[in-house]
Amino acid sequence: MRAKSLWICCLLLVVCCVLFMTLEARGNWDFVLWFRGRKLAALLLVGAAVSTATLLFQTISRNHILTPSIMGFDALFTLIVTLAVFTFGAAGYNHLPVEVVFFVNLALLIAAALILFGTLLGQYRVDLMRMVLTGIIFGILFRSLTSFIFRMIDPSEFATIQVNSYARFNYIDVNLLGLATVLTSVTLVFCWRMRRQLDVLGLGFEIATNLGEHVARRQKQALVLVAVLVAVSTALVGPVAFLGLLVVSIARLVAPNETHATLLPLSAVIAGIVLVGGQAILERGLGMSTPLAVVIDFVGGFVFLALLLRKGWT
Amino acid sequence: MITVENLSYTVANTCILKDISVTLPKGGITALIGPNGAGKSSLFSHIARLLPLQTGRISVEGLEVSPSNRQALSRKLAILPQEVHFATRLTVKELVQFGRYPHCQGRLRSEDHAMVTAALEAFGLMSLADRFLDTLSGGQRHKAHVAMTYAQDTDYLLLDEPLNNLDIAASRALMALLRRLADEEGKTIVIVLHDINFAAQYADHLVVLKDGCIEREGKPAEMVTGALLADVFGTDAQVAVVDDTPFVMP
Repeated sequence: MRAKSLWICCLLLVVCCVLFMTLEARGNWDFVLWFRGRKLAALLLVGAAVSTATLLFQTISRNHILTPSIMGFDALFTLIVTLAVFTFGAAGYNHLPVEVVFFVNLALLIAAALILFGTLLGQYRVDLMRMVLTGIIFGILFRSLTSFIFRMIDPSEFATIQVNSYARFNYIDVNLLGLATVLTSVTLVFCWRMRRQLDVLGLGFEIATNLGEHVARRQKQALVLVAVLVAVSTALVGPVAFLGLLVVSIARLVAPNETHATLLPLSAVIAGIVLVGGQAILERGLGMSTPLAVVIDFVGGFVFLALLLRKGWT
Repeated sequence: MITVENLSYTVANTCILKDISVTLPKGGITALIGPNGAGKSSLFSHIARLLPLQTGRISVEGLEVSPSNRQALSRKLAILPQEVHFATRLTVKELVQFGRYPHCQGRLRSEDHAMVTAALEAFGLMSLADRFLDTLSGGQRHKAHVAMTYAQDTDYLLLDEPLNNLDIAASRALMALLRRLADEEGKTIVIVLHDINFAAQYADHLVVLKDGCIEREGKPAEMVTGALLADVFGTDAQVAVVDDTPFVMP
């Protein structure tokens, strides 16, 4: 049963990948495969990163509604990038090696996430209402600060960061692809090895403590992993608001049980289907008439509302 | 034997526990009773390491309750907190399997499967094993949680107000079950109770708390008197004796 839903999804993903690579392919195959292959790899990478980050965050915050992006994680990353451009200037920023910039941003994001969300999660009982409000306020704060800086910098610098502040699946920053692949793979291995501990964390502070887990420490470890995954996906394609919520909710629907051993691969595969399949349809089938991010946010937004209305706050 | 020495607990300048020292005996059922706000649940939470120690020491058979002994404690002491609910959708069997986590870190071996089956059988949950928890009644769900702590196979079992939200039949069934675990399997059970009559009927040892202090302790038959209710609970209820067991008239 468990294998069945996973295999069906894997099959769908393969079909999507083949369509993505071959639909309306004209000209030199070497070029097409190289050009599209990099995009495909980036999409799969982003899918796995976003879905895993969402799943981990939902486990440590013990709810099925919040996601790192709703809590303002990727807005924070954009703010950090914007601040960097503001301080160094576009020329200085673009002169720095991409990898160095990325690692500095990543370190700042991890630190900020631990300070902001670590204290929030470390409480004896996690208050969901407070989490939601804090997340919304953080999100607005980070976005407002970003747009405030936008207004202060000169137009050429603005162009440098503008690329970083919107979700974009058509223009993926492939400079970072190698680094992102390594970083994401390592992080995903850590997440996979933590799967049993994550199952226990999902039972809540009291039961996890009873079963001998150090809840606060595990939550911090998971937050670091979430921060790395969000940083990678945001650096590659920009902030994606509802993608994680959408794919993890679908994964919970089709999964036969809610262990992380099932949900981690399943949600990553479903994220791949949504991104690769959606991009193939929108880019080739509908001739880029609508950006994929808009469609995902539209559907994901509905899922968010449906979850809120159906489950309430419990 | 659970030893609590000089335990104090202060929240927002309010002293909840005042320099408590108490020894809970090994074997049998020990009930913590007292009026609302006496500090029963705070004492429970400290022994269950749900609250960090501010001052004092707690040890379970010489094993100190501290973060560094987390895993060893989880094989010695199982706790059942009040009102457990979680977002994960689990079947009864999956929940009970979590009880084996301290022993196998999630990789169930054959002896763990045997223990899970034994727990399901002991609590009459075999027919419900594959049902999801959210489809069960309150009493059944509660039983599944106790079965999980049973599967944990610890010498000590701590329960915080387990009779909340249970009807009289479910309450009696649960207490009888705990009695059986104490008598037949030699487990030590510490239980926070609201209902003095249940404590008098099923416990071997009573510890009475009032205003963050241990007021008195002893055998239920000697302890539950009109004087106790007047002094500790501040109500002049009558106490009848039925079959050598004191009974507080409501």
